Amino acid sequence: MAVSLREYRARIKSTESMKKITRAMELIAASRIIKAQQKAAAAAPYARELTRAVSAVATFSNVDHPLTREQENPKRAAVLIITSDRGLAGAYSSSVLKESERLSERLRAEGKEIDYFLAGRKAEAYFKFRSRAFVESWTGFSDQPTYDKAAEIGSALITAFLKEQGEDGDVDEVHVVYTRFRSMLTQEPTAVRLLPLEVIEGTDAPDADELLPLYEFEPSAAQVLDGLLPQYVQSRIFYSLLQSAASELAARQKAMKSATDNAEELIKKFTRIANQARQAGITQEISEIVGGVNALADAQAAND
Amino acid sequence: MAESTVEHLHVELVAADRTVWSGEASMIIARTLEGDIGVLRGHAPTLSLLSASVVEIQIADSDDLLVVAVDGGFLSVANDRVSILAERVERAEEIHLDQARIELEEAQRLLNSNNEAEQRVRHAEARIRAAEKVS
Repeated sequence: MAVSLREYRARIKSTESMKKITRAMELIAASRIIKAQQKAAAAAPYARELTRAVSAVATFSNVDHPLTREQENPKRAAVLIITSDRGLAGAYSSSVLKESERLSERLRAEGKEIDYFLAGRKAEAYFKFRSRAFVESWTGFSDQPTYDKAAEIGSALITAFLKEQGEDGDVDEVHVVYTRFRSMLTQEPTAVRLLPLEVIEGTDAPDADELLPLYEFEPSAAQVLDGLLPQYVQSRIFYSLLQSAASELAARQKAMKSATDNAEELIKKFTRIANQARQAGITQEISEIVGGVNALADAQAAND
Repeated sequence: MAESTVEHLHVELVAADRTVWSGEASMIIARTLEGDIGVLRGHAPTLSLLSASVVEIQIADSDDLLVVAVDGGFLSVANDRVSILAERVERAEEIHLDQARIELEEAQRLLNSNNEAEQRVRHAEARIRAAEKVS
């Protein structure tokens, strides 16, 4: 019994130090998530102004731009999958990958081939392990995305999209799979079609007195659109990256919280078993002593 | 302006990842692809692309001039509301002049080999101009 008591104490100690680690990770994720949310809020004005401008051009000119043109029979689709760089975030990366598998199945059923673009080490590892091909991958920024990275990803996707059908590396559609940050408790893996762009006019319907004025375009409406649309695409990608970053941190915080809770449970359980073992040891010792004394007394009585 | 001292242009100067400046201004000077443009109150609605250049904003009711370098982007004016958007926006005070000069030289060296270099040269020149304007 004494040996196992020592064993239990060792287990309690190691669980305690594990608990310290998971608790620290939980706190780190919690503090970073606030920063991530602030970053997402800071990027919102740019997206808002850009959307306003794009819908202004779209309303006053015939939008016919390579980036908005639907290919007649699309044959290839690009899928950008945004996952995390590191694990220990619960089901965060695997649910994004599952969503992307669902999307791939749907696209294949429509008779399209798929080119994969990956963001995050987890997606890269997933593809490499299964030795599946992907076109390009970007890693090392999943919890703190910068606009430069979004621009890099955006220009790669736009170049692929703008190639003529039949050309090497051409895609006719671009989809993005990312995790939408709904609240600290729910994050949803979401798949959206990025290209060809659908210009939605008046997403947040302008008030009657704020109807879009008749703009003058400089140099021309077409050229302004040329300049705007790529930036619009990049800002959409940046938005997805920021949402994913916030979701990743929230998922990590949740996972680490339940790990800490589990460790606490384990410590409680082990402490109970250890106490039982200690008590059993004491009881046995006492009954041995009592038995010995009784035996001695019996022997003496027989002698007398 | 005697009867309408409160009426000014409302300006939003926005970079991709933050709002750089937002407030009231009396005048804005920027450079579009077609040439310099000055915006005062009552300007016709305009949407124009900017070249990598210096944007000057005369802040309302003061002598302060806000000078920034942008790397392109666009300017939209409507109902005395001006938004200036660019991927990168830097205030002139934040630009390190020597560093900008080094960057310009680097970009100029690449000029023949790389088609992005021209854009970089223009951006670097704009940054230097902005920094010199305030110093």
